[in-house]
Amino acid sequence: MVAVSETGVAPVGAPVVRRRIQTSRGYRVFQVVNALILTAVMVITLYPFINLLAQSFSAQGAIAAGRVNLIPKGFNLTTYKTVMADPTFWENYRNTVVYTVVATLIAMVLTTCYAYVLSKKNVKGRGFLIGIAVFTMFFNGGLIPNYVLVNDLGLRNSIWAIVLPNAISVFNLLVMKAFFESLPGELEEAAMVDGLNTYGILWRIVLPLSKAVLATMVLFYAVTFWNSWFSAFLYMDNNSMFPVTVYLRNLIAGATGGTDQSASGDTALQVAANIQAVTIVLTVIPILSIYPFIQRYFVSGVMLGAVKG
Amino acid sequence: MSSTQPLGAATAAGSRPARRLRRRTWRQALRRDWRLYSLAVAPLAFFAVFRYVPMLGNVIAFRWYQPGGNLFGEYWVGFYYFQEFWSDPSFWHVFTNTLVLGLLSLLFTFPAPVILALLLNEVRSSRFKRIVQSISYLPHFLSVVVVAGIIIQLTSTTGPIDQMLGHLGHAPIDFLQQPGWFRQIYVSSEVWQTAGWGTILYLAALTTIDSQLYEQARIDGANRWKQTWHVTLPGIRPTMVTLLILNIGTFMAVGFEKILLIYNPLTYSTGDVISTYLYRVGVQSGSFSYAAAIGLFESLIGLILVVSANFISRRVVGTSLW
Repeated sequence: MVAVSETGVAPVGAPVVRRRIQTSRGYRVFQVVNALILTAVMVITLYPFINLLAQSFSAQGAIAAGRVNLIPKGFNLTTYKTVMADPTFWENYRNTVVYTVVATLIAMVLTTCYAYVLSKKNVKGRGFLIGIAVFTMFFNGGLIPNYVLVNDLGLRNSIWAIVLPNAISVFNLLVMKAFFESLPGELEEAAMVDGLNTYGILWRIVLPLSKAVLATMVLFYAVTFWNSWFSAFLYMDNNSMFPVTVYLRNLIAGATGGTDQSASGDTALQVAANIQAVTIVLTVIPILSIYPFIQRYFVSGVMLGAVKG
Repeated sequence: MSSTQPLGAATAAGSRPARRLRRRTWRQALRRDWRLYSLAVAPLAFFAVFRYVPMLGNVIAFRWYQPGGNLFGEYWVGFYYFQEFWSDPSFWHVFTNTLVLGLLSLLFTFPAPVILALLLNEVRSSRFKRIVQSISYLPHFLSVVVVAGIIIQLTSTTGPIDQMLGHLGHAPIDFLQQPGWFRQIYVSSEVWQTAGWGTILYLAALTTIDSQLYEQARIDGANRWKQTWHVTLPGIRPTMVTLLILNIGTFMAVGFEKILLIYNPLTYSTGDVISTYLYRVGVQSGSFSYAAAIGLFESLIGLILVVSANFISRRVVGTSLW
């Protein structure tokens, strides 16, 4: 930016050709600076992951000595074997998969149904139905009433404590509504003439046309549920019911929760460091491995949502 | 934005059917569209039970509540719990912390994506641009637990930051145990996590700017810096304002989950915010009514903030959410 403002002072009366040359030289400098800044952004973004990977393959001693940065020191797979040998880890991993699948499925059904209703411009009470949903974006009950409610409903220690309170994301709902609205109405009218009722139209006409947005929504929900931890942390008392995020949380809580950071606490922290690193790596691997393929769906989903805000 | 939608639809469909629709009664509407309404039943039940019942559940802020008893409390106590937290110094302490953390986050996380988007917009090689985008979006997809884990690893006494300090001859700092570092750690991790993803909407807005405006500006002798200032920034202003209003709306709820994961009693003096405080008081210590009173206060401030931000922006720049 500095480079640009430097060359920006081309005299007003200067010949056009000269100004263009000047600008382009300054612009070239800017391009180089810009590329450097953006490269720095990439490095800063990726650095923690590389450090994490390096730690996960390193020996405890090297980490405790503060020698591990970008390259593993004392390369070994022992920590991976240790973590993967823990049956609770796999149990919790399986829980995460189950919770994610069930929650995404239910969320998709509810969101699709409601979005389809909202997308019908001439349905009576439409404004009210939209308002009910949108208002919750700006005002919600808050932690305590939700907590009391879930406990009172007896959902504690069940998958429903995770699934039901988060079953519809209003943002996703609006994205889907926007997509349904963009579909040509003639198709549905034609289907109605052919004798299909509302359910048939939704199932046979609208949904097959909406595969792209459905895939996007599945990903939105799945990533959210995969990453979520707080509901489980709040409503589950049993180790065997935790998702893997809570497993990881309990690992790292040992590292932050210290009221007393005595010498023993400090070594506990260091011993855990490579275990933590491995657990983090194993937790993010599914996301990282599908990330390159899902990223553009996310982007398109966000854009679709933004249009209707 | 969406308020123009029904108008457009009405003119497209012609005014006569529109008038007929408006006159339809609920009975007729239900008879004609009952299948459609039936699809809304389950979602409405969801909103009623899990969104609106908790809103009503806030009455326990005014009532004596017994854990395990009536969801809406046993008997009225008026503003007792409000007076209680109002005169509680710990509340005002976390209130101040919330404002400071919220303001700092806003100050850094709001402009970061704008700047990054402007820089990306100047990149000529679309391949390079795509790579930067893909990489910078990545942190958005991580669980907050993973982010907290990363923060802990980076800031530990054996982590890379302290290694670098060690090379400079500085003694290692136990960052997460020091109240003086909490805000920096929190805000920079927020920027790390949100800057890249935040560019999406700005980049989209940038592509909609009419290239003739740039042409015109060049003819008028504007250099690239002036073009950015007079054409690009005004072009993305509606997007900026919209996102700013949304940010202000979530201002009071500052990264609750992340703070819960990275703070500890040693850093309460800077890290403890309203939401974490009410979590400890309510869920952990069981003072539900007291915590609900604080929570209600917090939500109301949030609502007031977003409504007034929206109002001001509609008056001043003509952009608003509703």
